[in-house]
Amino acid sequence: MKRFDFLLAGMLASSSLVAPAFAAECPIKVGVLHSLSGTMAISETTLKDTMLMLVEQQNAKGGLLGCELEAVVVDPASDWPLFAEKARELLSVHEVDVIFGNWTSVSRKSVLPVIEELNGLLFYPVQYEGEESSKNVFYTGAAPNQQAIPATDYFLEELGVEKFALLGTDYVYPRTTNNILESYLMSKGIAEDDIFVNYTPFGHSDWSKIVADVVALGADGKKVGVISTINGDANIGFYKELAAAGISADDIPVIAFSVGEEELSGLDTTNLVGHLAAWNYFQSAEADANTAFIEAWKAKMGEERVTNDPMEAHYIGFNMWVNAATAADSTDVDAVRAAMYGQKFPNLTGGTAVMLPNHHLAKPVLIGEIQADGQFDIISQTAEVPGDAWTDFLPESAVLTSDWKDLGCGMYNTETKTCVQTLSNY
Amino acid sequence: MSHTYHRRTSSTVIFLGLLLAFTITVTFLSEGMGAGVISTSFVKTLGKTLCLALVAISMDLVWGYAGILSLGHFAFFGLGGYMIGMWLMYERTREVVVTSLADAPIPPTPQEVSDAIANRIFGVVGSADFPMIWAFADSLLAQLMLVVLVPGVLAGVFGWLAFRSRVAGVYLSILTQAMTLALSLYLFQNDNGLRGNNGLSGLQNLPGLTDVPQALVSVWFLWGAALALGLGYLLAVWVVSGKFGSVLRGIRDDETRVRFLGYPVETYKLVLFTGTACMAGIAGALYYPQAGIINPAELAPIASIYLAVWVAIGGRGRLYGAVIGAAFVSLVSSWFTGGQAPDVPLGFYTIKWVDWWLVVLGLSFVLVTLLAPKGIGGLFDLLERRVAPDRHGADLGPDQGSLREEESRE
Amino acid sequence: MKNLLMAALALVMSCAFARAQDAPMQAILQEQSALIMENSRRTIAPAIAAVSDSGLPEAQDVLQAWQAKNLWQRRADGLFFRATKAEGKTYTLYDFDTHQPAGTVPASDLEQIKPNSGIRALIGSALVQFQLQDPDPKRRLAALTSVQRNPSADALAPLRKSIPDENDPSILALKLRLERLLTIAHDPDEAQRIKAVSEMSGDLGVDVRATLNPLLATRLAVFAGPPPATLNIAKTLVPGASIEVVQAYDMLVKADLAPELVTDAQLYAALVEHVSDGTVGGIATHQLDDPQMRQRAYAALAAAGTVRTAPDVERIAQTLEAHSFVEVYLEPSSDVTDAVSKALDTIAVTVGANQAMDLLLDGLSLASIYFLAAIGLAITFGVMGVINMAHGEFIMMGAYTGYMVQQVIPNHTASILVAIPLAFAVTFAAGVIMERLVIRWLYNRPLETLLATFGVSIALQQIAKNIFGTQARPLTSPAWLDGAWVINDVVSISYIRIAIFVLAVFFLGVYLFIMRRTRLGLETRAVTQNPRMASSMGINLNKVNMLTFGLGSGIAGVAGVAIGLFAKVTSELGSDYIVQSFMTVVVGGVGNIWGTLAGAAMVGFLQKGIEWFNPSNTLAAQTFMIVFIIIFIQFRPRGIIALKGRAAGD
Repeated sequence: MKRFDFLLAGMLASSSLVAPAFAAECPIKVGVLHSLSGTMAISETTLKDTMLMLVEQQNAKGGLLGCELEAVVVDPASDWPLFAEKARELLSVHEVDVIFGNWTSVSRKSVLPVIEELNGLLFYPVQYEGEESSKNVFYTGAAPNQQAIPATDYFLEELGVEKFALLGTDYVYPRTTNNILESYLMSKGIAEDDIFVNYTPFGHSDWSKIVADVVALGADGKKVGVISTINGDANIGFYKELAAAGISADDIPVIAFSVGEEELSGLDTTNLVGHLAAWNYFQSAEADANTAFIEAWKAKMGEERVTNDPMEAHYIGFNMWVNAATAADSTDVDAVRAAMYGQKFPNLTGGTAVMLPNHHLAKPVLIGEIQADGQFDIISQTAEVPGDAWTDFLPESAVLTSDWKDLGCGMYNTETKTCVQTLSNY
Repeated sequence: MSHTYHRRTSSTVIFLGLLLAFTITVTFLSEGMGAGVISTSFVKTLGKTLCLALVAISMDLVWGYAGILSLGHFAFFGLGGYMIGMWLMYERTREVVVTSLADAPIPPTPQEVSDAIANRIFGVVGSADFPMIWAFADSLLAQLMLVVLVPGVLAGVFGWLAFRSRVAGVYLSILTQAMTLALSLYLFQNDNGLRGNNGLSGLQNLPGLTDVPQALVSVWFLWGAALALGLGYLLAVWVVSGKFGSVLRGIRDDETRVRFLGYPVETYKLVLFTGTACMAGIAGALYYPQAGIINPAELAPIASIYLAVWVAIGGRGRLYGAVIGAAFVSLVSSWFTGGQAPDVPLGFYTIKWVDWWLVVLGLSFVLVTLLAPKGIGGLFDLLERRVAPDRHGADLGPDQGSLREEESRE
Repeated sequence: MKNLLMAALALVMSCAFARAQDAPMQAILQEQSALIMENSRRTIAPAIAAVSDSGLPEAQDVLQAWQAKNLWQRRADGLFFRATKAEGKTYTLYDFDTHQPAGTVPASDLEQIKPNSGIRALIGSALVQFQLQDPDPKRRLAALTSVQRNPSADALAPLRKSIPDENDPSILALKLRLERLLTIAHDPDEAQRIKAVSEMSGDLGVDVRATLNPLLATRLAVFAGPPPATLNIAKTLVPGASIEVVQAYDMLVKADLAPELVTDAQLYAALVEHVSDGTVGGIATHQLDDPQMRQRAYAALAAAGTVRTAPDVERIAQTLEAHSFVEVYLEPSSDVTDAVSKALDTIAVTVGANQAMDLLLDGLSLASIYFLAAIGLAITFGVMGVINMAHGEFIMMGAYTGYMVQQVIPNHTASILVAIPLAFAVTFAAGVIMERLVIRWLYNRPLETLLATFGVSIALQQIAKNIFGTQARPLTSPAWLDGAWVINDVVSISYIRIAIFVLAVFFLGVYLFIMRRTRLGLETRAVTQNPRMASSMGINLNKVNMLTFGLGSGIAGVAGVAIGLFAKVTSELGSDYIVQSFMTVVVGGVGNIWGTLAGAAMVGFLQKGIEWFNPSNTLAAQTFMIVFIIIFIQFRPRGIIALKGRAAGD
């Protein structure tokens, strides 16, 4: 039966008249796999609403391939095993054509085997630690070389930082990112003794000792900078303690990778003015597309709501998927994936995002200073940086590359010229 | 006594019959082996529920029969999952590595194979060496033994220390909770060798059976879980119906009196505590390959408290009560939190069950504790029209914490 | 079109040239325009130098405007101005040369130059020479801060020059101190430097250490035979002992004093390259899954001359023996380095003592937080024997009450003063309601109390989530609690922690007063010791239980406000503290407030102590602390201070 379909498809492919009718069963289903309850709800609910808004806008434009789009929303409740279960449900029960979802790395790792087994398609919108490449996942968030490395360069070159405190919450993103940064810094001539690493639990609140340790780093006369991968609520205590200790951004600058507009809304930022964050998007970016996006978002969700980087990632990812499906004239996963490579779409900060064969985007890197009003003042913007699945700064990964278009391999060893494995690591 | 025993055997037969019927029905309706009415993800949910029922039985044994409110049994459950997870992960990765190194012009040394496996497994947490605790990960048999041994030894050491110094009642509960918290904090550390917050993932892919579809694997695990639950239930029935069980109930109702009668109370408690921990470990080892991922959040203290909630709602001191509680509460919970339950519009406010289910669960739990200490299992008493002895509100024993009249009707 | 463009360009150029005579500063800025607009610390130095070395009176003004992000470029002609915000989205421009307004233009016609903090620091350094004798003490202070951040040799002369004229005593003190530090770092006269070092040797300021430590910077060096005597040698290294053998050998390879080692990867690559007919160096490839066989194959290849020979162990040892490895001071004068290392040793002792002191303060602060969180439990659990798992949620309710009050009363001082009693009242009421509805039915069933209150706890937590969302809410402390009490550069403690400490002491007093001096306290103690007897004496059991429970819950609410002030307000705030609170009470000993105090002190100091041992992992500290407490309870099951006799309930 399957084979017959395939033959039929081949026969009909030449006829453009019949193809759209065949290409998709209406409505086309878009799975949304974001936690609506539990600890991650605060971040992920925003992304669910973003997806609903994007689907709505697309339907207003006439849908896709002559079909209405229908969003299928499920709630994995910040429970990592449940992510796998819900992904299976989306793919096998609801038979969705694409999934937009996940926030934490662990939830992505939980979903990976299911997506690969059932040949689904996932768009993952959050900055992450890299060191992974799956045939079935498009990573629209930043890889380390699109956020951490440029931010570190900024510290080294623009601020003249000579001694680094890498503070992070104890989970995989900070661990891997700090690992990469450590070897990057050493390659830049920073001695191992000049890199201080500390990990704290989720929601850590007692920061006095750590802040004192960071201040004490200045004792050998080198300029100290803090690279923070501290996650979520813990930032509040950290910044409060920094402010209490009277540390100004001019003495010890802090650059954060997980602090965005959303997180700052829980804080009085007057004492934090001048500290930094690195993202691919800030709400304060001046571009027409951004103004329109913010307007649509505020009209739907309310005036006080802010936009952030993962929302832009979904915006780009969704539109690229729509264009790829249109180009492929089908929502079939393999066809769409082939059409995704090289897709271009204007991003919200004024440039153009390109989908690379390694399933990452080329995006600009922005560095913003925290303002008293909780927004960021963009003080540095690079050209588009192509995302790199395997970092060049860890010896095991430096030889690996990912190219699903020509090599058909996500873990290709460029030294031995062999494909290490086609399934992803999870 | 004979009456009780008779009732128990009859309930056991009914239970096992229902379990068998359930398993067969699900098998024939599943995607893997039958009509395909029940989706694979739901088969997995059912299989996992059976494992939860098994750990609930172990909780019922320690709490319902011996009066030890352990807030650590879900930690033992998780440890069992970790132990089997280590083998699953190691072996699956080894297969991948061996395949990819097979084409090399020079065959790899064992060290190179091991390094490559370690790099694949621990690369995500920024390490590339096998920690000590993975020493036996290459052997299924060893890890299967560890599934029982690790929770058993932990429970044994903890129980020996605690019971020896006569820590009992609420103190013991708080201590077990502290143990659970320490364990989960330990597992949360990324440098402990168990991949920290990421935990062990991809456990649903069985090594060597990569070609077998998950639809089939899910049914196998359902059988395995059903078998384990059946055997566990029989074991529990056997334990509580003999003299051992009578002593346990004695300890629950009046520990001092049992001690004065010459029974080594501490030994009884320790054996039970350790045994049920092993049972929880086995349940966990069957659960996590179905869930696909285990991470420290699974072992958080709250999970163990939920376990107590299930048993209390199902009905303590009766084994089928625990099973009913675990199955009922966990399935209803996933129904409510899964977004399937319809919202209730009140005009000025719409009750979304995703948000309000926990409130309902918490309050219904308070109500069960206050008004129906026998839980859902108590309904069966009503059905059988069994009347409880009327002691006019007098205590059964002098101990604080001993059972009162309301809950001692047996 | 092209002509038009040329004409426009010419116009702009002529305009700029025309200005050059009467507007020298604008001319300089135009010259440096490209660098200024590039806005990067790496390239900006010439532009700053051009302005500051121009000798123009406007230089200071320009640099200050630039530093304050107040330098604007007009897009139309590329001229630079200072600007102030006018009506709506327009700005009034001021010319640097004439100091006159140069029109008001909309923001879209202007580009703001936003120097990053690296550039701002460079500008600050350039400003030092102007600002050190500025009449405005704030500017002088800013100049000194710049010198502190970037103690360059250029600053020494102007700093010395400015000292005699300084009239502000605190600024003078700072100037003198900086002069000493700069002398140590940059004075060409060695005797002066050594004198300055010995003068500063008792000081534990970070800036002093920051000045001294770089003088002891070393580099690794390797010499064939003994090192030359002219060098200022810090340490001689022995391979295998004070330096790793591999590292030492690498140094030799880098200095071209020894042949390179063959790494495993190189060996592998060499073998792969020379595979022929399934054998390498006479060994079949399938046997090469053994490292020793690989070595043999490589040796065979080397013997045949196809690959270079790997140095063997003996050879390596000989080479290492023949060379000396030393750490050499970058500072050539051994007198200076001796004086500095002596001074640093003295400082290290002082710093160590002060660090211990700081740790002690941290521990004390943590202990007071735990004590405050646990004192309510000491009443409900310790005195009444009721396990209240919802205690943490009462703490959370208090914190949210504080947040709500701040929404209504914007003044932070007033809102905190209102929030504390209100939080007490709210949680007191909640406690009384819970006692009436749930706990009083379960007085004889402690395990059931534990579970029922746990049910209340999850319900309350979820309700808080539904009302306030899962995101943390701000609870901002009043301005007078901002900042820290800085004793010296090592020991400091934030005012908010001091306030929490005071609050903890206050509630200890309240507890003691109520229990020992009031009717309620007397009755509570009576009910605790023997409820039936107390009841027979005419004490209303219901009322006493209700009030006592309310009191314990109320204090939890106040603790919530305090904790919210220093950390964050989330629905999980309570559950973060509940286990530690129970630990505190259990470790300390039930039924005795001094026990709770001892428990809090032990838990707090222990946690800080473990953190000190293992500074890179705070999680491990928490794990070890709990394990330690579990073990501790084995040996003192009734806590540090155990009640004896009847009150103990045995």
